Amino acid sequence: MKVLVPVKRVIDYNVKVRVRTDGSGVDLANVKMSMNPFDEIAVEEALRLRESGIASEIIAVSVGVRKAQLVLRTALAMGADRAIHIVTGDDPHVDVEPLAVAKILHRIVQQEQPGLVLMGKQAIDNDLNATGQMLAGLMACGQATFASELRVDDGQATATREVDGGLQVVQLTLPCVVTVDLRMNEPRYPSLPNIRKARRKPFAVHGPEDLGVDISPRLNILHTVEPPARKAGEILSTVDDLVAKLRDEAEVI
Amino acid sequence: MAVLLVAELNGSSLATDLTAKTICAARQLGSVTALCASEGCEEAAEEAGRLDGVDKVLVASDGRYGHQLAEPTAELIVALSSEFEHIVGPASTSAQNILPRVAALLDVMMISDITAVIDDNTFERPIYAGNAIQTVQSIDHHKVITVRTASYDAVGEGTPAPVVAIEPVADPGSSSWVEDRVAASDRPELTSARAVVSGGRGVGSHDDFELIEKLADKLGAAVGASRAAVDSGFAPNDWQVGQTGKVVAPDLYVAIGISGAIQHLAGMKDSKIIVAINKDGEAPIFQVADYGLVADLFTAVPELIDKLD
Ligand SMILES: Cc1cc2nc3c(=O)[nH]c(=O)nc-3n(C[C@H](O)[C@H](O)[C@H](O)COP(=O)(O)OP(=O)(O)OC[C@H]3O[C@@H](n4cnc5c(N)ncnc54)[C@H](O)[C@@H]3O)c2cc1C
Ligand SMILES: Nc1ncnc2c1ncn2[C@@H]1O[C@H](COP(=O)(O)O)[C@@H](O)[C@H]1O
Repeated sequence: MKVLVPVKRVIDYNVKVRVRTDGSGVDLANVKMSMNPFDEIAVEEALRLRESGIASEIIAVSVGVRKAQLVLRTALAMGADRAIHIVTGDDPHVDVEPLAVAKILHRIVQQEQPGLVLMGKQAIDNDLNATGQMLAGLMACGQATFASELRVDDGQATATREVDGGLQVVQLTLPCVVTVDLRMNEPRYPSLPNIRKARRKPFAVHGPEDLGVDISPRLNILHTVEPPARKAGEILSTVDDLVAKLRDEAEVI
Repeated sequence: MAVLLVAELNGSSLATDLTAKTICAARQLGSVTALCASEGCEEAAEEAGRLDGVDKVLVASDGRYGHQLAEPTAELIVALSSEFEHIVGPASTSAQNILPRVAALLDVMMISDITAVIDDNTFERPIYAGNAIQTVQSIDHHKVITVRTASYDAVGEGTPAPVVAIEPVADPGSSSWVEDRVAASDRPELTSARAVVSGGRGVGSHDDFELIEKLADKLGAAVGASRAAVDSGFAPNDWQVGQTGKVVAPDLYVAIGISGAIQHLAGMKDSKIIVAINKDGEAPIFQVADYGLVADLFTAVPELIDKLD
């Protein structure tokens, strides 16, 4: 069974974002970019499925600027077998929308026929939490979102989902889409020999037009601003002071 | 314009607070028809109909919707979509599971987690863990939206709306429910509580998390946790507050043994009053706290519990 793992290049989660004062967006020039943290977890889970003999081949896919090839290199260095890069220009400030990404992934699914698509639940830049569900809709297949545990056997996937009330277990027939949550696993670091090996792994590059997908946005971004800042409060010295403040000043107890 | 509101259901009962907050946003877009899809949810439908701003309720009470699985529920919503320009639900794990699938089937872009309605096509939503607010304008024929409920007040009760039963549609059968693992609790719910007490890695163990729960009970508060506390097994996953957990905005939020990473702040920085108890005076949580206590939580929290008597 092939496993397809879509990985997105995003701002590193440790970077404090800077919103441009003219309202045109977030500054992404010269900031550290990395693989979306959830996608690292998806790659790791795919590797474990291969190690346990369930997956035969892991294909990492990324849709994005030329530099997004670096996150594909990371996926290959972690152990993915080959990579497909759909190049969408050079401007890191142009984010391809989940609908367009899902359509591109759908085309790749039609070509590659994976048994499973394993992806992140959410990209930490746009925070949309949509692409996996959209892809599953286009594929007309089952979906397990926000999964923290996954078992695959006999043509079925059993996933434990992190939901508002606790956990929900669902079973899906393959092929299906699983989006992963933070607690599924601890992703490994690529080893030096594997980083070297990754350079020789197959790496395909296409444009969205090669797949016949129109990626023009459906949402116009009118402006982007900083949220209102909280004003710094006060440091109190005793628990008594805290109780007094909560009672008399804030009136919340 | 007509709005289809996906009511939030826990099993057969209405999640009233989440639904009522979502209506507050939805009614700005037009006349609201609420959809209750679950099994045995006739009563929930009546209750949804009593919420102010709901003009009509559609109830699809059928086994295939009993666990709010995305595949059959999305088919149902798509079958109803021709009469509605907006399809709206809360940014709960349930609606966030279903609605992007609906959007893809309608060939429209998903608009997740909105915090403000500017006009029929224009919305505000936080990005980058709430470090920026984007205003987006949709050019699609349908707008499929989830609402950040922490940004809205719950609507009250109004004149009861008519409830109309609808037929289920074919279930694609690609998924099935196995089990729910849900812990029952007498405490208020995180997303609707007036006060929230959260513990982080600093609490140190599952057993010591009881201290956090004790303080919460004293304040009549819900209990929250940082990701580190959940990952370490101190607290269950559904207590996580943050960018990838729940977003809360209570009157009082008490963060104990939590450093204040941006991903945590994303879930609580709109709380009215923030209290931080942390032994490290440099912890970033103090930059957003109204009241800070630089102290060891194992002395400060028991003392606080005592003095709240
Ligand atoms: C993609 C992604 C998504 C994430 N989503 C979330 C999310 O939704 N929610 C979330 O919370 N995090 C999230 N995180 C994790 C986040 O980055 C932080 O790692 C996490 O919030 C840290 O939790 P913490 O503050 O409990 O732990 P730490 O950062 O380790 O802080 C512990 C604090 O406890 C204090 N302390 C220790 N002992 C005591 C004591 N005895 N008395 C008083 N204080 C004490 C320490 O001084 C320290 O400040 C996410 C991370 C990533 C990469
Ligand atoms: N441009 C992209 N390239 C590859 N994968 C993507 C891209 N955008 C989104 N994804 C995948 O979809 C998941 C959810 O992203 P989103 O719906 O944007 O929050 C991510 O974790 C990725 O696995």
